[in-house]
Amino acid sequence: MEGFVYSQPGTLREAFSLLTNKKGKLVAGGTDLLGEIQDGIIAPGLLVSLERIQGLKTMREEKNGLRIGALVTLAELESDKIVAEHYPLLAAAAGEVATPQLRAQATIGGNLCQRPRCWYYRGDFNCLKKGGAVCYAEDGENQYHAILGGGPCHIVHPSDMAVALLAMGASARVVGPRGEKTVPLEKFFVLPQVDVKRETILAPGEILVEIRVPKPLPEARWVFRKMRERGAWDFALVSVAAYAVTKDKVIQEARIVLGGVAPIPWRAVRAEQALKGKTLTGPVMRLAGEATVTDARPLSQNEYKIRLARNLVRQVLATLA
Amino acid sequence: MDEKRKRLTISRRDFLKGGAIGTAALSSGLLLRSGVEAQSAPPGAKISRITLKINGAAHTLEADNRWTLLYILRDQLGLTGAKQGCDGGQCGACTVLIDGKPLYACMVLGIAAPGKEILTIEGLAKGEELHPVQQAFVEEMGYQCAFCTPGMILSAKGLLDRNPKPSETDIRQGLAGNLCRCAAYPKIIRAVTAAAKRIAS
Repeated sequence: MEGFVYSQPGTLREAFSLLTNKKGKLVAGGTDLLGEIQDGIIAPGLLVSLERIQGLKTMREEKNGLRIGALVTLAELESDKIVAEHYPLLAAAAGEVATPQLRAQATIGGNLCQRPRCWYYRGDFNCLKKGGAVCYAEDGENQYHAILGGGPCHIVHPSDMAVALLAMGASARVVGPRGEKTVPLEKFFVLPQVDVKRETILAPGEILVEIRVPKPLPEARWVFRKMRERGAWDFALVSVAAYAVTKDKVIQEARIVLGGVAPIPWRAVRAEQALKGKTLTGPVMRLAGEATVTDARPLSQNEYKIRLARNLVRQVLATLA
Repeated sequence: MDEKRKRLTISRRDFLKGGAIGTAALSSGLLLRSGVEAQSAPPGAKISRITLKINGAAHTLEADNRWTLLYILRDQLGLTGAKQGCDGGQCGACTVLIDGKPLYACMVLGIAAPGKEILTIEGLAKGEELHPVQQAFVEEMGYQCAFCTPGMILSAKGLLDRNPKPSETDIRQGLAGNLCRCAAYPKIIRAVTAAAKRIAS
């Protein structure tokens, strides 16, 4: 295997020129990328570190909300006072990711751009994502794979932060050599039926530089729950973030987002519709749980996720009630 | 065998075989892992001259860009206190403090480490005098085989530096990134509790 050049540009402009000239990979915290290189999934000739680019490590609150630089670490999000006070959903989700060591190194940008954990993708299988002709999960070991939005590839998106950020209506600022754009985070992720080889809209040479989180309404409430097999240090089987604005106990607006169930962080639009204009009674919560999984299509070994998702949504709503 | 046929016949055994091939590929060293024989001139090696500040001393070396900090510590500098367990960010045995924060040395590229303060277990005691966390681990027998101990102690130091009075929950969460294969956790938690008291007094 060839070695790689390691470059630490000081500006985005420099980073763009490096990325267009060679077959390079961006590296932020590196906790996902190093694993991919070690496991032989990718073999980049150039790593472009974002660490020395000014401004990517800062986080600040403005009138309209929070601006989080892509290189802010999950540990910083977990312990920041402003986040804890005004955006506790983000702090809660950050605290559930991996371990203290990984949270101290892993960045919010990297967390949103991390590659799937599917064992066929990570293993020695030439699957669809790697240019092969087959999704091995379809007829293989698929207990951790998607129940919603799957096909032709059946990965689940591993990010906890994406789930929380989507529930808060966050957007992503992306900069490329030809300009910049800000896209709602929902539009940032890409289903395999659109492009099986990537999980985000980022084109080669584009860089996710900032996450913007609108300031929650004063009457808004939220919950984050992550179900996993171990008590710590594990990816979600199913996670749920709920954000709801109520007036006189009637739900004006609800956003329900699930992780671990689909190739992208999954917004449960049907559940949200079932909640709008209702008060959170037992039957309404049950209906919202059912609506979450109406479209679910399990593979041979992951039907349990349907029950898990349905009941977790009910449980989260009960906490909000 | 065509892809369709291969798909239909893939079995658990094939899956495990696939895993084994993956593991064999690792030892050829993409990112050079600790314990892997370093090739003197690997094909396509990109070498950089780097200076690392470790336990207060500067070390300058010609490093392959693929070397992890763990590989450099153990195999280039002889600092074997940071242990190589999984070598993939899944066990915590290689935990060191970088700028005061516990990090996995196997997940940090050496080339990314210049300019940072690296503390390994070798740099924790002052001469013959153990650090209070080390002393507490000895007194409470916070170990069995002790392979995880250097990482545990540095994680505990990182925790106590930012939270001098941790609850038991804080300790459990603070050490959640370090596995103990002997499951000596109750005594490890007791040791960290004792260390907090020792530092406070």
